[in-house]
Amino acid sequence: MNAPVNPASDAWTTPLDQLDPSHPARFQDHSMWPYFERLRREAPVHHSTTSPLFGPYWSVTKYKDIMAVEVNHRQFSSDSGHGGISIRDRPKDLRLPMFIAMDPPRHDEQRKVVQPIVAPGNLAKLEGIIRERAGRILDGLPRGETFNWVEHVSIELTVQMLATLFDFPFEDRRKLSFWSDCATAVPEAGGFIDSEEKREQVFAECLAYFTELWNQRVNAEPRPDLISMLAHGEATRTMSPREYLGNLILLIVGGNDTTRNSISGGVLFLNQTPGEYAKLRANPGLIESMVPEIIRYQTPLAHMRRTAVEDVELGGQRIRAGDKVVMWYISGNRDPEAIEEPERFIIDRKRPRQHLSFGFGIHRCVGNRLAELQLKILWEEILRRFERVEVVGEPKRVFSSFIHGITDLPVRIPA
Amino acid sequence: MPQVTYIEHDGTEHRIALEEGLSVMRGAVDNGVPGIDADCGGECACATCHVYVDEAWLAKTGAPGEQEASMLSFAATAQPNSRLSCQITMTPALDGLVVRLPEAQH
Repeated sequence: MNAPVNPASDAWTTPLDQLDPSHPARFQDHSMWPYFERLRREAPVHHSTTSPLFGPYWSVTKYKDIMAVEVNHRQFSSDSGHGGISIRDRPKDLRLPMFIAMDPPRHDEQRKVVQPIVAPGNLAKLEGIIRERAGRILDGLPRGETFNWVEHVSIELTVQMLATLFDFPFEDRRKLSFWSDCATAVPEAGGFIDSEEKREQVFAECLAYFTELWNQRVNAEPRPDLISMLAHGEATRTMSPREYLGNLILLIVGGNDTTRNSISGGVLFLNQTPGEYAKLRANPGLIESMVPEIIRYQTPLAHMRRTAVEDVELGGQRIRAGDKVVMWYISGNRDPEAIEEPERFIIDRKRPRQHLSFGFGIHRCVGNRLAELQLKILWEEILRRFERVEVVGEPKRVFSSFIHGITDLPVRIPA
Repeated sequence: MPQVTYIEHDGTEHRIALEEGLSVMRGAVDNGVPGIDADCGGECACATCHVYVDEAWLAKTGAPGEQEASMLSFAATAQPNSRLSCQITMTPALDGLVVRLPEAQH
């Protein structure tokens, strides 16, 4: 069950060497902000040794230091063999190889197999499909009653998209969000995934389902869906089942959680800043710059992790070979030295895409423009239909320091 | 000041005078040339300031460095004359440079 954590007020009084911003409970109750603010001010590259869940790790909390780690993939490895890309070390025998958790050259080869799915021509083709579906989802929403926006809109739109990218049986599409949630669930949260064994059982079901799809696609002509691309790709067609599973989980989580939580976040932020909502209604052209601002402000993945493969100096600190290094995107995106008035949600920022939410360097989110496209179309269709989507209760958030997400957002669309 | 001509994917031309030492990316962003996103702000870390260098200028702009080549290899529409414009610094020798913009920056 949830381990007790100190309240937010302790952020400024706890001795620096005992500070640990990583506890999932902090991200659920949003008490993590002052911890990051203090670290940015007093110890931008900080070593924590007191985490009960994750062991010793470095926190990198300023924008420019995060960028330095991002572009230095030679010294800061993503390889699953070193522990991969999230703060939690999975047991060695349960680690999942996937291209986000590989270094060059294997990373490059595998990423290039799936990359064409988000090429400009393909995105143009997807635009009509997204618009039609977004419209249908919005038209089906109740008026004048309270419902959960996350469940009815955010999840539904993203799984429909993902089902299309995989050419996955449409009627089974909710399996995708189920697998995604299982993959990222924190066992200490006390939810359905309460152990790694349970998670492995779900993974086995997922792999079995997708193996059938692989077998269909590998025996057919290559088609522009992700399974067919993996089954026919030079660098992926001889993957082990475990590696196939790893890459599937990567694509499922990558296409699910991030966009889902940005869709939910946008509704919340506009409700928290009525002035911005009014600006948007007066000028829907601002959707263009609002979308990256939503993605910055939400930061749907709170961090990515690297492992130093040799001793390296960063922000005046000596990081040793083998050390775990956590780049807190959620903190870098609130760094006043990189972003003007970062605490404010401003839908017409001048350089809205200068944020860390997609990462930078060779691992930069492959689906970033597709994510933006989904949000853009959804907001165009929302504005066309509804004067307001009102948040009528407190959001509930995910117990995780990796997925920065919203599970419940009670809203009401005036009748 | 040396000049750069940016040609959008639809053929629209923009001729911009650019101070020596500034990057070709900066010239586009600061003067509102559409089609260069430059998400990372010039860190060679996102490949969204991708341009095609006119063949006549390739020898003068030189070849991409290691990090740049690696980022470019993930650009969907990369060609042999592709460069990241944040990595081309204006010099008097580049006066008259012509670069074309891809269909999209991803």
